[in-house]
Parts: sequence; C-alpha cells; structure tokens
Amino acid sequence: MAALIQAEHITHSFGDKKIIEDISFMVEKGEVIGLLGPSGAGKTTLVNILTGQLKAAGGSVRICGGEDGKKPETGIMMDSFGLYERLSVWENLRIFADIYRVSKERIEKLLDRTQLRPARNTAVSKLSKGMRGRVNLCRALLKDADILYLDEPTSGLDPATTWKIHQLIGEEREAGTTVFLTTHNMHEAETLCDRVMLLNQGKIVEQGVPRDICTRHNSRREIEVTLQGGERHVLPNARESEKILSEWIRAEKILSIHSSEPDLEKVFLGITGRRLSD
Amino acid sequence: MRHIITIIKKQIKDTLRNKAVLIQFVMFPALAVIMTRSMQIEGMPPDFFVKLFSTMYVGMAPLTCIAAIISEEKEKNTLRVLLMADVSSWQYLVGVGSYVFFFCMLGAGVFCLLGGYTLGQGGVFLLIMAVGILTSLLLGAAVGIGSGSQMAATSVTVPVMLLFSFSPMLSMFNDHIAKLARFTYTEQIRLLLNGLGKGERTGEGILIIAANIFLFGSIFWLLYRRQGFKQNQPALTKN
Repeated sequence: MAALIQAEHITHSFGDKKIIEDISFMVEKGEVIGLLGPSGAGKTTLVNILTGQLKAAGGSVRICGGEDGKKPETGIMMDSFGLYERLSVWENLRIFADIYRVSKERIEKLLDRTQLRPARNTAVSKLSKGMRGRVNLCRALLKDADILYLDEPTSGLDPATTWKIHQLIGEEREAGTTVFLTTHNMHEAETLCDRVMLLNQGKIVEQGVPRDICTRHNSRREIEVTLQGGERHVLPNARESEKILSEWIRAEKILSIHSSEPDLEKVFLGITGRRLSD
Repeated sequence: MRHIITIIKKQIKDTLRNKAVLIQFVMFPALAVIMTRSMQIEGMPPDFFVKLFSTMYVGMAPLTCIAAIISEEKEKNTLRVLLMADVSSWQYLVGVGSYVFFFCMLGAGVFCLLGGYTLGQGGVFLLIMAVGILTSLLLGAAVGIGSGSQMAATSVTVPVMLLFSFSPMLSMFNDHIAKLARFTYTEQIRLLLNGLGKGERTGEGILIIAANIFLFGSIFWLLYRRQGFKQNQPALTKN
C-alpha cells in the first residue's frame, strides 16, 4: 500500500498552550484511520493542519500524489455545519457543485444515497440536526474525493442518522476512498476504522489496529463463560482452565465464551486516566 | 471567474430571503420617491430629496450590507467552508462586493431617474454615486473583517454609518459640523451632487474622497493582514 498522508513531527501551540506535540504518522491509500480522543485533545487542530487550514508551528505534512502525479482530491466534513440556512438543501449543494464543477446528476445521486430527497427544497433552517449532518456529509462527498476528512461526523446526532452516516462511510471505504475520521466515540472507531490513533493532550499515546490495541492492553487475561441456564464463570486464560472448559464443551453446556480484552475506552482510561467522553 | 459568479448567484438567492439586507437596498430610494412626490416646498430644488437621500444611501446601504454579509458568513462558518472549497479570499470579496455594488447601483439608478437629469448629468450623477458606493464598500468590508460576529459588526457599523450618512445632512444646518464633515467622503459626495451641472471646481472633493479611500483601504489591509477571515478561533486564513 502506498502512503497517501505523511505527517512528521507536527507541533502546534495557541499562545503558551501546546495543542499538538511532535506527532508523526502515515496514512495509507484506501485506509480508514480514526483519531480518537476526548474533547480538547487536539483532534480538530490536527485536521485543520492536515487540510491546510492551519499552518503548523513545526513539522511537515505531505499529501502524496497518485501514480499519474495528480494531487489527490479532498472532501472535508467539519464539526460545525457551515450551511446557508436561508437556502434549501439543493441550493446549498448547488453552490459547491458549481465550485467543484460537479454535475447536477451527482447531487441527485447523493440526495438519494443520503435519503435527503424529500428535503431537497426545504430551507436548511427548517431541518433537524441529523438532517443537517447528512447535508454536511453530502457536501463533503460531492467532489468524489480521494481523501475524506470527517471531523466528528456523528457528534450529537441521533442513532438512526449515526447509523446512516456509518453506512455511507462504509460505502466510501469500499469504493477505495481514504478516510481520516476524528471521533470521541469508541464504538464508531472500532466499527469503521482499520487503524486508530489515541490522542491525549496533543500526543499520540497509542496507535494500531483496534483489536490489536485491545489485546496488547489486556492485563486481566481472563475468559468469561456463560453456561446454558445463565450461569456465568470467569476463568483465568491459562492452562489450568483447559480441563473444565473441555468438560463443558463435551457436555454442550456453553452458551457463550468471551475473552476479556478491554475496549478502546478502557485502554484510553488505563493509559491516560481520562475517559474518551470527557 | 466561475467562483466569483457562483458567489454572486449565491448572494442573490440568499438576499432575496434576507429582509435585513434587502431593506437596505430599497429603503432610501423608496423614501426619496415618496418625499419627492409628496412634498413640494416653494424655493426648494425639485431634486432636494434625491440628493439628500442619495448621500445617506451611499453612507449607509453598501457599508451595512457588506459588513453584515461578511460577519454573518464568518459567524456561521460558511465562509470557512467556501475558503476550504478553493474559493480564494479575493474571489469571495470581489463576488460579494460586486453583488452589493450592482444592487446599490440599481438604487442609484432610481435616484437618477427621479432627479430628472439630462443624459450627461445622469452619467456624472451615477459616476459620483459609484465612487461613493465603492468607498463605502471598502469601509464596510474592513468592518466585516474586523468583527468576529454579526453582533460585533453591528456595534461598529451603527456609529460609523451614523457618522458618515448623517454628517452631510447635519452640516447643512450647522457650520461647525460642516467644517468637520468636509473631511468625510459622504459630505464630498453631497457637494459633488449639489454641484451637478453647475460646472463648479471639484478638485478638493476628489482629493478628500481619495484620502478617505486610502485611509479605509489601509485599515482594510491591516485588518486583513492581521486576521484574514478568521472567526473567533484560529485556522481560517487561506489565500
């Protein structure tokens, strides 16, 4: 896989406050990478630096071109909607379609994909927050981007809209789009991301495949077994459990069996002492 | 050019639904029509209200409109989205500025028709109005750039607008005010409009207007250099 984004030793401060401290990472083409951290961790600042909206005080960001040397197209969905409230959904999208030289047919297709067709001619001021979120995503998808930056795409949205947005991100991933996602929702990161970076106070404290991170930080080494009838047992994940497990399997007593790795929330709490939802 | 046209089209659609901005374009031409048609005082020039309201229009409409548009876009983050979509700062300013200029010139056209001028006088009238509107646009853009929100813009726009649009009217009644007001571009616009067709010397007026343009241009440039199109948070400048 070719590196699409290469960030090296990025630092940034606002006044005396250090927001980003010596961050380096690489994003490969077609990868969905999640930047996971609580509010104020520096996620939006990092996205602003990557998207060229903010010049980093130190370090460098390289967005690599394709084999044809063409600069990759980027789509950006910001945490604030930035929609023209007096204009309709169609008129909002039309402005950006004109800027990007995108056809009206593409807007129509996206309205169908995001299920916004019924609200096509409704003023944005009359839409629910969830629908505005979908218009925001629709605008980011207009360009048929190679890299999609999604800053807290489901923050504060209802479960149905969140599910729909997850589905759309999944479709983009299947289409080979590289997605850079910031979130403080660990389920979102676990569901959507190939890799995650845990960000705390401007530093990456852990990164990798979500499952690998959880396995690495599994200090309990236990397995939870639920037997037919609802009886629960916690056994050490070691040789000494082999005999009893074998007996239960032979007797077909086991209803479910789980290893007890922590989830990303617990990993983050263990490393930083903070919750992702802080 | 495509980006500028898109900004103008967007602005037209938006303004048709934005009464606060729309009323600025309509109010003074409408007042001039009503007053000219309804009040005829002996000895008063027939275009008295045309010139009075034209001067107030120049000092008020372009200034408040462009300041309101820019500050609203900053506050609602729409400007940030436009800049991220490869619309440059100057394309945005030219787009919004052209739109306000064009609509204000429509108002100026109404004043011109109402004044009953000859073709030559009408041309000079529109030229004077165009210079005044452009000067106001520069000042309004500086206010819009310097303000982080619509409320902040309004708190600056109101006193500035009162100063420039009312000082020419007050200077007609008070000599002390007239002495100070002569340094404002709106007073010079009024004097130039009053001298229309009289062949009076206009050198001082043009010089003072040029000085005003230089001053507002410098303020605009300083504010733009200092904070670009930043809102209350960092990260928004893009050239």
